[in-house]
Amino acid sequence: MNTNTIIAEVFYSIIGIIFILVGTKSLKDSIENKVRTTSALFWFILAFTFIVGPHVPYWITGLCVILIAALTAFQKVGQSKSDVPAPEETRGNANRLGNMVFVPALCLAVAAVFAATFLPFGANNAIGISAAVALAVAFLITKAPAKNAVTDGTRLMDNVGPVGILPQLLAALGALFTAAGVGNVIASGVSAIIPDNSRFIAVAVYCIGMALFTIIMGNGFAAFAVITVGIGLPFIIMQGGNPVIVGALGLTAGYCGTLCTPMAANFNIMPAALLETKDKYSIIKAQLPVAGVMLLVHILLMYFLAFK
Amino acid sequence: MEILKLVGVLIVVIGFIAKKDTIATVVVAGIATGLVAGMSIMDILETLGKSFITQRTATLFVLTLPVIGICERYGLKDKAVDLIRSIKHATAGKVITLYQVIRAAAAAFSLRIGGHPQFVRPLVNPMAQGAAIAKYNKIDDATEDQVKGACAASENFGNFFAQNCFMGASGTLLIVSTLVEQGQQVDALQIAMASIPVAVISVIVGAVYFRIFDRRLDKRYGNNKEAEV
Repeated sequence: MNTNTIIAEVFYSIIGIIFILVGTKSLKDSIENKVRTTSALFWFILAFTFIVGPHVPYWITGLCVILIAALTAFQKVGQSKSDVPAPEETRGNANRLGNMVFVPALCLAVAAVFAATFLPFGANNAIGISAAVALAVAFLITKAPAKNAVTDGTRLMDNVGPVGILPQLLAALGALFTAAGVGNVIASGVSAIIPDNSRFIAVAVYCIGMALFTIIMGNGFAAFAVITVGIGLPFIIMQGGNPVIVGALGLTAGYCGTLCTPMAANFNIMPAALLETKDKYSIIKAQLPVAGVMLLVHILLMYFLAFK
Repeated sequence: MEILKLVGVLIVVIGFIAKKDTIATVVVAGIATGLVAGMSIMDILETLGKSFITQRTATLFVLTLPVIGICERYGLKDKAVDLIRSIKHATAGKVITLYQVIRAAAAAFSLRIGGHPQFVRPLVNPMAQGAAIAKYNKIDDATEDQVKGACAASENFGNFFAQNCFMGASGTLLIVSTLVEQGQQVDALQIAMASIPVAVISVIVGAVYFRIFDRRLDKRYGNNKEAEV
């Protein structure tokens, strides 16, 4: 193991510890929480894969993934009670600290870019390093007690919930798709509509495919795993397109689809109910023109930037 | 029967449409795909486990949660509210544009200030409605709905198109993980940088769009110049 891998494992273990703390919080919840034990189990298994996973045979982690999926499938994972700050508390703190409260959060983004650019530990470790720097700055500015890192960190993690590991799972699904040759099947189907060497049509099909798949599924992340393996990779990246540009624009091209679909209920339908609109599609209607323009922008940007 | 291999894609589509548990849907799709392709159970578990371990990068955002949680407790959202409240004499379109700018900047810096329940309903929508009523005296139900739609849309525009500018965003990490899994060497800094043009353009497109929105309201109600500052 080289230095970067060791640092990475330390950060993954810290994530594991955060999972354990969320699990412990769940265990301590009141008896009325029917799923407190199974929720804790979910977080403990997840922590195991993060801390111990790399040091045991891979099939054990595979089995763990199936176990946590079973727990969420049967709705055995729920939030436990968190120490949520009262509005008076946050207002009082805001008045005391003023705009200084933005500083730790800005540190988070700026330190990540700096660490990735100037330190030899890689871009992934830079995220962990920036989180540590920003946390130190946050303690300096807020003078918060040390335990707040745990109280507020676990509160947010529990808030995000099991869905937080969805990106990781989708990347793993992409790996299984590749191993099974799913990409090839989609690629051979799509090759019928992409004329040889037509970069523009390939880019257009990929971006529109991302948007359409997202409209159907309501989730850009899931579409990205499927469409990138099936279309983006063989027809753009393998033809010399820059993977950074294709990947970055591919996901946001999918978001143009998110803007158009009632399937993305938490962004488009629930807020309409929240705002008590007469027409429950009023948000989607407001978004359609911009979604169309942005999709076109994506196609043009990808075509001109990826093959530069 | 090559086409059978698409069973996993089908399961993902049906699972998401039917609002089945997302994690279970993805895992079932993976297993089904492996089985159809003739992989053994052990092969499937190995592949699933191995990529789950290597793709832990996609979950690195967890490391940023403690500091963001502390900032929230110490008034992050309250200060953002102050910032938006500070604009005076605005039109509906201007209020909404300003919110999109703030929302996009916040998303790019990973600040979780946004959200329809926390910001759009209690703050942006009332301010935009207020601005419209101040300018046109009275607005009909259809206009009220359109203002609401535009407010909620600005939250989504800002959130969606700017979030990947942050290296630790889960979307950014998903892109990195997926491409690395396919043998492409990309890192989070590169993806974050490549996400900037779309973020900037989306803000410009939003600003133009909400300006047109103002113009259309002017047209509908007759331009009341005196109320404009």
